[in-house]
Amino acid sequence: MTTKQLELIATDIRQDIIKMLEAAKSGHSAGPLGLADIFTALYFDILKHNPKKPDWDERDILLMSNGHCVPVRYAAMANAGYFDRKELLTLRKLGSRLQGHPERTKLPGLESTSGPLGSGLSQAIGLALGLRLNNQPHRQIYVTMGDGELDEGNVWEAAMLAPKYNLDTITAIVDRNNIQIDGPTESVLPLENLKDKWEAFGWHVLEIDGNDIEAVIDACAMARAVTEKPTCIIAYTVPGKGVDFMEYDFHWHGVAPDHAQAKKALAELRTLQGKIRSEHE
Amino acid sequence: MSDTSSEPIRAGFGRGLVKAGQLDDNVVACCADLTGSVKMDAFQKEFPDRFFQIGVAEQNLVTVGAGLAAAGKVAFVSSYAAFMPGRCWEQIRTTICLNEQPVKLIGAHAGISVGPDGATHQMLEDIALMRALPNMVVLAPCDSIEAEKATLAMAKDKRPNYMRMAREATPIITDEKTPFQIGPAYVLEKGADVTLIATGTMTPQAVKAAELLYKDGIEAEVVHVPTIKPLDVKTILQSLKKTGCVVSAEEAQITGGLGSAVAEVIVDEGLAVPLIRIGMKDRFGESGDPEQLMRHFGLDAQHIRLAAHAAVERKK
Repeated sequence: MTTKQLELIATDIRQDIIKMLEAAKSGHSAGPLGLADIFTALYFDILKHNPKKPDWDERDILLMSNGHCVPVRYAAMANAGYFDRKELLTLRKLGSRLQGHPERTKLPGLESTSGPLGSGLSQAIGLALGLRLNNQPHRQIYVTMGDGELDEGNVWEAAMLAPKYNLDTITAIVDRNNIQIDGPTESVLPLENLKDKWEAFGWHVLEIDGNDIEAVIDACAMARAVTEKPTCIIAYTVPGKGVDFMEYDFHWHGVAPDHAQAKKALAELRTLQGKIRSEHE
Repeated sequence: MSDTSSEPIRAGFGRGLVKAGQLDDNVVACCADLTGSVKMDAFQKEFPDRFFQIGVAEQNLVTVGAGLAAAGKVAFVSSYAAFMPGRCWEQIRTTICLNEQPVKLIGAHAGISVGPDGATHQMLEDIALMRALPNMVVLAPCDSIEAEKATLAMAKDKRPNYMRMAREATPIITDEKTPFQIGPAYVLEKGADVTLIATGTMTPQAVKAAELLYKDGIEAEVVHVPTIKPLDVKTILQSLKKTGCVVSAEEAQITGGLGSAVAEVIVDEGLAVPLIRIGMKDRFGESGDPEQLMRHFGLDAQHIRLAAHAAVERKK
């Protein structure tokens, strides 16, 4: 797929996120919009997977430790063909497979249940150790994490353990958007110098623009090439990316747009889509 | 029944884990810097590639276990019960129970009989913590032989399991031929006057209490409950309907534990059956010699005996 095609898909996913959240009347806006490029890169280029066979036993594993951003995953999965896009509008409703936070047993293709933060990386370790024993060391394990999530001690317990067992199949992708519920990450609990921290724990660290699809694809390729060490990709993203009035505003972390806001956001995203089409022509 | 020999319950777990490992290549084990204490050392020696040292990090311990289970492994994870499930309940709830990953949690050094280490290390709330979780199976074997059987049964069980075990040597009251499955309660002694329902280390005490009560002219029925959840309601009801009064006994808080489970059965069934609960009564323990502590906090055969007399009185 060309970069232009991927960028158009990312914009489709962003529009789906807005529609889902408007219909659900609750949920997180900024994180999922900011992650749309990373999830497009994962589902449409990086991951070895089969939407028609979600439990294919040669698939790569994608763990979403930042479960509150799951609308982006649902939208990416629907666009990739896991299920009908119409189902997206059932998000957070009684009886839906699309729970407010992801539940593995509800929807095929989700690899774990998450929401409470900080537990994804250690599950990746268990999977990597298990797959090594199963003679499947080629299967890659990707874990997305929020930056606010790095406040959790469980993350650093896992960060210490993965290098001990040389788990080079693990790629952690930190969504470095600098916001969390109570404000900027550096005022809630300073994370910097984040690169130095991960390196000190024994990780191979890459820093990229997480809203640049090509950069995400290249970084994951580099992560696969690195042996003996797990890789942490610090992906700088713009929270609310693609919707002007949401970008960089931490107030949009945990709220959904109302009808008027959604209309405005969708109009902006359609304009963006037109721009992408014409730019690449 | 005799209590001529004794052994720590955890020793049976250690033997069972090695056997489970021999029977199934998928069995793996993780520990948080207490390998010898929790008796995972023999497994580590025999299967070094299937043993993972996690370090003093119990949140990581159980979540790595969830990941191993996701890869199809039968993951036994163990630490002291005060730390696991004590420190990592939310991870157990989300990544194991809600996520339906059949991790095998082994809580060692449970109960007041940990002794001199004191209240911080005497885990008394683990039954309540684990019993409240949907999908979780809660086990408390009564001796080392039953613990070995329980370990082998856990290795084949497809659900998340928690097993608690004590530090000190306790009487061996079962043998190789005694039946064990996850689920049933077992009637160890038959009697018509009072039911003694016990689990874990308190089961040998209940058996001893029944002997004392017999001399007092009271025939006690001893029901051993190695599976606290799901509870074998049928066996318990049969006994309660026969005897008309009951004493529960556990080396744990009476709040939320086996005694609470029995009280729930009585209420749900609308029975008018007096229940006296033996256990820690909403307080913490303290340092001391294990046997001294058990007596001090009323967790022995004599206290069960006195409670049984009181229960029989209340029937009248």
